[in-house]
Amino acid sequence: MAVKVRIPTPLRKLTNGQDEVFAEGKNVKEIIDDLERHYPGLKERICEGDGKLRRFVNIYVNDEDIRFKSNIDTALKSGDEVSIIPAIAGGMS
Amino acid sequence: MNFTEEQIERYSRHIILPEVGGKGQAKLLNSKVFVLGAGGLGSPALLYLAAAGVGTMGVADGDCVDLSNLQRQIIHDTSKVGLHKALSAQKSIEALNPDVKVVTYKERLNADNIRDIIKNYDVLLDGSDNFPTRYLMNDAAFFEKKTLISGSMFRFDGQVTIFKPHAGHPCYRCLYPEPPPKGLVPSCQEAGVLGALAGVVGVIQAVEAVKELLSIGNTLAGHLLIFDALGMTFRKVKVKRDPECALCSEKATIKKLVVYEEACEIQAAKCGA
Repeated sequence: MAVKVRIPTPLRKLTNGQDEVFAEGKNVKEIIDDLERHYPGLKERICEGDGKLRRFVNIYVNDEDIRFKSNIDTALKSGDEVSIIPAIAGGMS
Repeated sequence: MNFTEEQIERYSRHIILPEVGGKGQAKLLNSKVFVLGAGGLGSPALLYLAAAGVGTMGVADGDCVDLSNLQRQIIHDTSKVGLHKALSAQKSIEALNPDVKVVTYKERLNADNIRDIIKNYDVLLDGSDNFPTRYLMNDAAFFEKKTLISGSMFRFDGQVTIFKPHAGHPCYRCLYPEPPPKGLVPSCQEAGVLGALAGVVGVIQAVEAVKELLSIGNTLAGHLLIFDALGMTFRKVKVKRDPECALCSEKATIKKLVVYEEACEIQAAKCGA
């Protein structure tokens, strides 16, 4: 099953500039692995070496943070939208 | 409070709003707002809050105005290059609205001074440009039980939310438990920001500050607003209180302010005044 994944600006150079891509998977983990197959280097930016989500990157399924669901095992259904939202700090200078 | 004739005229478009009224306007004039950073986000936020008649405004910025700031930092102007940003902001605010008392902080905020500085304010705005300062501000706001309106931006993306753990809402560490380690911060290698994006994000912070001060409407507490200027989309996602949060949960391990190492070299503008 393919779901839409929103790519934040800092990661778009890995997706050839695309702000939305489609990825296959039944849960978030499978989506991340599918993204890595098509856009190598993406997984490393999102996940630690052990596969866990980095602590300054959040993934949302629709408007829910997966850390408060089943984390990367969060199941997906048709029509769901996945968003990758990293912390950003700019503002002042 | 008794308004002067001039105040009634100046704030007339507020006073005729039933949600604000004379009572709300008086409340704003008696309010104290602290803004961290008189930069891209602080500039529009400070100007709108000053125009709104927020009676006391704290402005903290350790830098001086640089020509490269003026593409987005609209509280400053060409004649202010080299001046301390906090003093430059003070001049602009005083020219805009003499009702506002401005308190300037030219020193860098650190673990030793931040709690003392923020404790007398009603609402705090974060418009800083680096992770160590954002975590310092979040943690200090938590310890002082202050509402923190956070805005940030990167290239064409903006994020705004409100941290209010003292009222049951999440803090920054509930949203992002830790800052990125050195070397993994994209804002250093891929710097650059659309100037007008700062206006969008900073003005939303000002709107939320006024709502917080007047206790009106639904604020962004418990939500993260994400603005994509290129796609021209606003999206709101939920932010929940993390029951494992190292700062604001029952399992908290952080009992005092944490100092993180800056992940990028900060190049401060030279101060000529």
